[in-house]
Amino acid sequence: MNDTARKNDRKTWMSLLAKAPSDRLAALWSEAGYAPEHSFLRAPEQGAVMVQGRTGATGAPFNLGEMTVTRCAAKLADGTVGHGYVQGRDKAKAVTAALIDALMQTDRASEVRAAILTPLACEAQRAAEVKAAKAAATKVEFFTLVRGED
Amino acid sequence: MYVAVKGGERAIDNAHALLAEKRRGDTSVAELSVAQIREQLSLAVNRVMAEGSLFDPDLAALAIKQAQGDLIEAIFLIRAYRTTLPRFGSSRPIDTGQMSCVRRVSATFKDAPGGQVLGPTFDYTHRLLDFKLMADGEVPEAETAPPRTEPTPHIMDFLNTEGLIEEEEAHDEIPPDLTRAPLELPADRPLRLQSLTRGDEGFILGMAYSTQRGYARNHAFVGELRIGTVPVEMEIPELGFAIEIGEIEVSECETVNQFKGSKTEPPQFTRGYGLIFGQSERKAISMALVDRALRWKELGEDDVGAPAQNEEFVLYHADNIQATGFLEHIKLPHYVDFQAELELVRKMRAEAQTGLQEAAE
Repeated sequence: MNDTARKNDRKTWMSLLAKAPSDRLAALWSEAGYAPEHSFLRAPEQGAVMVQGRTGATGAPFNLGEMTVTRCAAKLADGTVGHGYVQGRDKAKAVTAALIDALMQTDRASEVRAAILTPLACEAQRAAEVKAAKAAATKVEFFTLVRGED
Repeated sequence: MYVAVKGGERAIDNAHALLAEKRRGDTSVAELSVAQIREQLSLAVNRVMAEGSLFDPDLAALAIKQAQGDLIEAIFLIRAYRTTLPRFGSSRPIDTGQMSCVRRVSATFKDAPGGQVLGPTFDYTHRLLDFKLMADGEVPEAETAPPRTEPTPHIMDFLNTEGLIEEEEAHDEIPPDLTRAPLELPADRPLRLQSLTRGDEGFILGMAYSTQRGYARNHAFVGELRIGTVPVEMEIPELGFAIEIGEIEVSECETVNQFKGSKTEPPQFTRGYGLIFGQSERKAISMALVDRALRWKELGEDDVGAPAQNEEFVLYHADNIQATGFLEHIKLPHYVDFQAELELVRKMRAEAQTGLQEAAE
């Protein structure tokens, strides 16, 4: 795996963890039973990120409003550093995300992927499909009627 | 002028305890949970997030519960809370072209590529009270159909390729932020849009309606209205690349407006734009109409003196927390202030009385 592929892979799992439902991530994490020794480089911290939109969807950026985000940086005993940036205010979720990010950079990556990331990705995919399927059932065909104006 | 008062501590404590009891209501009725508000009053939650300027459905639901359903009070609570959060940074601008739409309609193109999707809408309902909801009604599962896999491009892009609509030029200047620096006029479009998106829904609706009724009429069509979720990406300095830090629901409205052309521009359509947190299409459409009306100067149109064209009037009165703060403060003790007025009126009356007597003599 080259550098770009590794970066993209990490970007994918970090994004997945950021959006994962807190309770599902917590359940999968405790089922997997990982409890890696670690110290915090940055203790879990709640904050906000200003979300930007663009004028007319594609023009100049403007500030739409903030969203809550919690972040954390953890260091494993072997020195590997993991970062967690997750949506919402759940500190435990940020810690779990940071630890998973760290473990994914070690030789336990494939078992962590199988135990946590793959199930999360499948569930997210399924939820998106159900939502899209329900929306698709409301697709409408409008017909323009000719008005009898004589 | 408000002058500080002392005392009344016990009465104030008791008043707050009474408020808490009133909030709970009849204890023989089950208490509402924050999760119930989040799930079942989601449009109220969306409004509190949009005008509170903080996307967090749990907090917005809590604020609604605490405010006893007074949405402006709930927005006030959220605004106060958000000032306590450290800001980690700004996201990349969200790409609404990549939205997973649950609703997407166009009033201008019947056969829009990507299709028209009604989604969860009040449109075409008969606005009759549904007494089934008073009983403990089971909800049937919504129908499904094979999910659409084709992309849903912005409908405006089709007008764009023909050059029939003004170009929206992309750039990446850092936008002004009215939560960090006071709103100063003249405001450029990014600043106006930030003010409108967090402005009071009723106020923005009233302003938009005034343009439809003829005060700076701009003949708006809803080119596209879409509601759905978009990922939010942020550059993480310690990583050196961007990741998605979450996903938010937004409503977006793009209007197509008539424009006769000017000395420098050929006749073409112009744009109004609305983008709001959550499902809030009334506000999104209103925002687009008001945005368009406020653009008269940059489009070389006439100032017809309409309220919706007056940037100072619109932007300085759109914020319901500023408005309610100033409005509601007049009920707080103004004893010293009023005492001075009382003295003044008494003195003026006495003087007028003497004047009358002197004239009569």
